[in-house]
Amino acid sequence: MRYTSKQWILFLVIAIVLIVYPFALPSYYFTALLTQVLIFSIFTMALNLVAGYTGLASLGHSAFFGSGAYTAAILMKYVSQNMWLGLSMGILVGGILAAIFALICLRTPGVYFIFITLALGQLVWAVVFGWRSFTGGDDGMPGVGNPNIFSNLTLSGGTTYYYFALVFFIITFFIIHRIVTSPFGHVLVGIRENQTRIRHLGYNVWLYKFIAFIISGFLCGLAGAIWSYYNGFVSPRDASFELSAEALLIVILGGSGTLSGPIVGTIVVVLIKNIIAAYTERWLFVLGVTYILTILYARRGIVGAFGVRLKSWVG
Amino acid sequence: MEIWIIHMLNGISFGMLLFLLATGLTLIFGLMDIVNLSHGGYYLLGVYIGVTVSMYTGSFLLAVLASGLCISIIGVLMERFFLRKLHLQPLAQCLLTIGFTFVFADIALMIWGGEARFIEKPAFLTHPIFIGEIGFPPYRLFVIVIGAVIAGLLWLFQERTRVGALVRAAVDDKEIAGGLGINVPLLFMGVFALGAFLAGVCGALGGPFIGVYLGADFEVLLLALIVIIVGGVGSLKGALVGSLVIGLIDNFGKVFFPELARFTIYAPMVIILAVKPSGLFGSRS
Repeated sequence: MRYTSKQWILFLVIAIVLIVYPFALPSYYFTALLTQVLIFSIFTMALNLVAGYTGLASLGHSAFFGSGAYTAAILMKYVSQNMWLGLSMGILVGGILAAIFALICLRTPGVYFIFITLALGQLVWAVVFGWRSFTGGDDGMPGVGNPNIFSNLTLSGGTTYYYFALVFFIITFFIIHRIVTSPFGHVLVGIRENQTRIRHLGYNVWLYKFIAFIISGFLCGLAGAIWSYYNGFVSPRDASFELSAEALLIVILGGSGTLSGPIVGTIVVVLIKNIIAAYTERWLFVLGVTYILTILYARRGIVGAFGVRLKSWVG
Repeated sequence: MEIWIIHMLNGISFGMLLFLLATGLTLIFGLMDIVNLSHGGYYLLGVYIGVTVSMYTGSFLLAVLASGLCISIIGVLMERFFLRKLHLQPLAQCLLTIGFTFVFADIALMIWGGEARFIEKPAFLTHPIFIGEIGFPPYRLFVIVIGAVIAGLLWLFQERTRVGALVRAAVDDKEIAGGLGINVPLLFMGVFALGAFLAGVCGALGGPFIGVYLGADFEVLLLALIVIIVGGVGSLKGALVGSLVIGLIDNFGKVFFPELARFTIYAPMVIILAVKPSGLFGSRS
């Protein structure tokens, strides 16, 4: 895919804004919010690859996110402070877990796929929740932030984490972008639209789904590992059913099967959650209503609804 | 020896409660292709409605029935005004009903303040029954009996009554059933009301020993989901067998592997799925 100069300018403007922002507006609170958006966007973009582009609505994706987070945290606590070890192992464990999930759940069609991903996700949750002596159970594991980038350089402080997350966010964005604009990505979309036809065209549908699932698992593991460093704390919530559901909601709300949809959705939901938490105790109610309204009125997603207009402008 | 009988009875009584929750889920899905994940929320509301009614009337029976009725009204409203718009869109149904579960949980928090409160047990069920040396709460035996009676009634209803035959016909083939003059939408509503009713009853009956706590709604929902995955979606027999299996595994898992108790519930499901993806008694794949 070749870009028009307008698209390049748009990318460039967004990149510059994201890079310069902490200097221009040095607010601790907004930097923290934005860091959360960046990390969760990695997660939702990864989910979007299977749920949005391939049409495999997984309700168990927090398992990959959570396993990445716990892997990084456990390595940090028991083995080494080295960040690269935690990150790479987090990515690896997320991907391996995704491969195991895929072997079981890809055999089942339709709504069974949703059930089974959900149940498999719960299996992972059950381990981190129950294995108290190793994972801390429902108390979680505190004090796992501030890893060493090099032997004498420690990652700490809000702005540092912001840039750290930003780097991986940009990398993920370009990985996803590269995939969905490649022939491989077109086959994934073809599977979503009509997998029988794709199969008759001679493609190994199962293998394409399998690979998409694993890539998604890698990136979810990455997001989880970054999240555990940033948060300095992991808890079973990071592998919970609620988180899986929320990620899927974000993908739909933002626009599933679009490149920027998960990012827009993440921004909206992170803002809603934080603003509501500040003003009312009824955040659970508002969250529930957000689900209901999204499903009833915003199925095409924000990007889906406004995308056409944006596209005509960007060319 | 006695301790094993006790564990067994505990497992079966828990299984019976799961059966009440899972039946609705499996019937609604089998008949209408609707995935209703708010059954956990129904359970939660059922617990609290039961508490309130029993507080004001002092009647256990009335409390249980009121829970069932209120929940079935909520269920029917949800079906008519929301889920009907999402026909054959399982993902949308899932997320919508998850949203409702959040709303129900918050409403329960608003009205009842999030304390764990339970229905007053009938007086004749308060003295422990002795099995050998060990006292066993008779309430659990009572739950087993109620569960068995409801299972029996449901079976009679499905196999021996005219309406049951209509339901079976509609499950097998909606279009043909409709073409033969069966009022399928009305049937749907009835089954939805029945499923929600049972979930409400499960809340009122089961609150005292499943408990209400943060996240209980999703936890019981997931157990019910495992039951129907193990038993096979859309099958009453599957729901019963699945419930008992999961109830027993849950209980013995907690005894033998306390740290991994929750894991032991999900493990048989994965094994069954790997061998027979449609579940023990499922006809569809």
